[in-house]
Amino acid sequence: MPKGAGWRIALIIAFVVLSGIYLVPTLVPKLPDWWKGMLPKDKIHLGLDLQGGTHLVLEVDTDKAVDGTLDLVATDLEDVLNDKNLRFKRISRTAGNKTTIVLYEKDTSDAVQKILKDKYRDYEIISSSEEGGLFGVSLRMKEKDIQDRKDKAVAQALETIRNRIDQFGVSEPVIARQGINQIVVQLPGIKDPQRAIALIGRTARLEFKMVKEGVSPTGGAIPEDAEVLYEKHTDPDTGAINEIPLIVHKKALITGDLLTDAQVRIDSQFNQPYVAIEFNSLGARLFDQITAANVNKRFAIVLDNTVYSAPVIRERISGGSAQISGNFTEKTASDLAIVLRAGALPAPVKIIQNVTVGASLGKDSIDKGLMAGGIGVLLVICFMAFYYKLSGMVANLGMALNILYLMGAMSALGATLTLPGIAAIVLLVGMSVDSNVIIFERIREELRLGKYPKSALETGYDKAFLTIMDSHVTALITAAVLFQFGTGPVKGFAVSLSLGIIINLFTSLMGTKVIFDMFLYKGTVKKMSI
Amino acid sequence: MIEFLGKTSFDFIGKRNISFVISAIISVVGMFAIIEMVRGTANMGIDFTGGTSIQLKFDKAVPIADARKALHNGGIAEFELQEVKEGNKLLVKLPRKSALAVGKAAEIVPAAFTKSFPGIQVTVDSTTEIGPSIGDKLRKDTIIAVAISMLGIICYIAWRFDFKFGIGAVVATLHDVLAMFAAYYLTGKEFNLLFITAVLTIAGYSLTDTVVVFDRIRENMHKDLKGSLHKIFNSSINEVLSRSIITSLTTFLAAISLFIFGGEVIHDFSFALLIGIVVGIYSSVFIASPIVLMLEEKSLDKVQATPAKPVKA
Repeated sequence: MPKGAGWRIALIIAFVVLSGIYLVPTLVPKLPDWWKGMLPKDKIHLGLDLQGGTHLVLEVDTDKAVDGTLDLVATDLEDVLNDKNLRFKRISRTAGNKTTIVLYEKDTSDAVQKILKDKYRDYEIISSSEEGGLFGVSLRMKEKDIQDRKDKAVAQALETIRNRIDQFGVSEPVIARQGINQIVVQLPGIKDPQRAIALIGRTARLEFKMVKEGVSPTGGAIPEDAEVLYEKHTDPDTGAINEIPLIVHKKALITGDLLTDAQVRIDSQFNQPYVAIEFNSLGARLFDQITAANVNKRFAIVLDNTVYSAPVIRERISGGSAQISGNFTEKTASDLAIVLRAGALPAPVKIIQNVTVGASLGKDSIDKGLMAGGIGVLLVICFMAFYYKLSGMVANLGMALNILYLMGAMSALGATLTLPGIAAIVLLVGMSVDSNVIIFERIREELRLGKYPKSALETGYDKAFLTIMDSHVTALITAAVLFQFGTGPVKGFAVSLSLGIIINLFTSLMGTKVIFDMFLYKGTVKKMSI
Repeated sequence: MIEFLGKTSFDFIGKRNISFVISAIISVVGMFAIIEMVRGTANMGIDFTGGTSIQLKFDKAVPIADARKALHNGGIAEFELQEVKEGNKLLVKLPRKSALAVGKAAEIVPAAFTKSFPGIQVTVDSTTEIGPSIGDKLRKDTIIAVAISMLGIICYIAWRFDFKFGIGAVVATLHDVLAMFAAYYLTGKEFNLLFITAVLTIAGYSLTDTVVVFDRIRENMHKDLKGSLHKIFNSSINEVLSRSIITSLTTFLAAISLFIFGGEVIHDFSFALLIGIVVGIYSSVFIASPIVLMLEEKSLDKVQATPAKPVKA
């Protein structure tokens, strides 16, 4: 054996075995139990473009989360001032991340400022003079707290979405934060993407509000503490949506965060699904008090500013359970139960990217990709065998090693294979023999000069080395950039390409050379099949 | 030994005026395409513009005129319809300004079809909805990606070769990229992320041929210090001509099987690769080398001209 061939062959074989081991889970449908214990059991990940699925990017409206906090401060303040009998004109959230109290008298203003200083240490207190000689006192959220609130809102939204998806039942979802206010959701193999999208994107803010009686919703002025919300009725036959306006108090008496459970039930009388909800102890107490105080009045169950139902309170309800009925189908009721259980999003989210690939298109892509790959490989193999004879077969062997190593490496690194990734592999098939072509052509030249095969081989490899390095490095530069900037399928392309380039460098400079060395090391061979 | 080309002695360098004119035209078209792209008037993929594209599959053929009517009846005012080559498939593109919220289109568009053709089965093959902010970000990222990879390649070449070869290689690479833009523009194909991916791949790959030629030129320049540069360049190109062609040919074979058998999703992508591979070999012979020769000759003239100066003074 030639010097140094031993360890090179050992390395090649070791990589073959390693790649083989990593590829077993992908190729063997059912792994034996002893295998799972200690050997790799992950298959090659297929991108969403191959297995079908949905890729969503959501943007959390973090400003709304800040607004929400300030609204809470306003409600809270209202109670505090009412408790202390301090007269005020209004309390509301105002522009510039403030909650402003408008008061009639200077004295009350001073008293209020004192309370605020005590109770809201984290806020900046600003006094101003308002229109008509009134006094204004504002609480302003500090920049640091605003950022903090926004950050928390995204983290909370992510958790809530994760809960919803878990309850919806998707295998191996990916839910991750991206940048400052974005969340990436990947749902592989999902059957009903539209339903999942609706489920994820819903804010699901549940509120119980009293209906304001004696005010016509269709005309006339709406009192300052009330608002118009709509109850939507979908006609099951025509699909037409009918909107009924309702005037309700702005202030919510109970909100969804006081729930402990929500379940779908079927109404035995009308065979209609509804959602049964359970309150926690605070919620149960509030619900008890409110129903007791408002018998024979109507209250509205509002979800994301849409009225679901507005029943009349017949009697005091204790025990902390209630039900939401509306025009539910079994699916919509179960989705509502999921979002109520998982909780509301701290702020609305907007879907800014949705890439959904149907399972059949994905399957089609795999089939066609494999077919194109197979034909490409075959074409290249035939060409090399025809043009370079036995040496061409050595190059083909190198290419086969390349593909094996690449698949093994992707499997080992948990990289994702996408359709452009398959394209990259096919392309690499062509590129992997390139290095050999450069070497072979050089060898041919040396042979023409009358050199012996052994020395022609040495010179061929030596002189081609730099050229091969150059072409690989430049290709690697662009592959790395694609990896950095690409998402989804493009990233898959970059992963396959860059791994392939590195592996190719190894097989062409070490793998195929050792085979030649084995045959030619004595230096007595007179003819080379090239 | 099987050889397609025996010993050749084409006068590649002598044809440089012709090739420069051809390449100038290609490059101008390519630059025009890029300008059109930046202005947003070229056929842009929704990756960059934002908007929605939905591919639908029907169990029966739906004439495009009927499909148009169905969408109008479904309340969708602004859209583009494209027929997909295989199967009974249609591609519906909705512009960014469309009133539909992201996440809704995949409901509304198929519903419009089922309403107009009750007997027909519609399945959504794929949906891509890109919000405006994502489109803008992708466009920005793409420009940065292209700029960085070009810079990376230039730096590497500058380090590996001397200045004149570096310029030749960079011009050839830019030329290949422009040619891909030109081909895409002229065939009316859609500029999308996959196209950019193909462009960057070719930018990295097309250098192989150029490097092969350059290495040989340098080798021969060292061997033959007195010969005319014109002759050295020509013979170098001729010596490595067959390997330039064969390396491109093997990759071409792989790319063409992707083009023919790879399916609709990567059809245009492989088209771009094919163009890039072919143009890559042309540019290494007809652009890169002649440019280096011109620069070499210019610097030689200068060297010969300098001694004259002191005499005059």
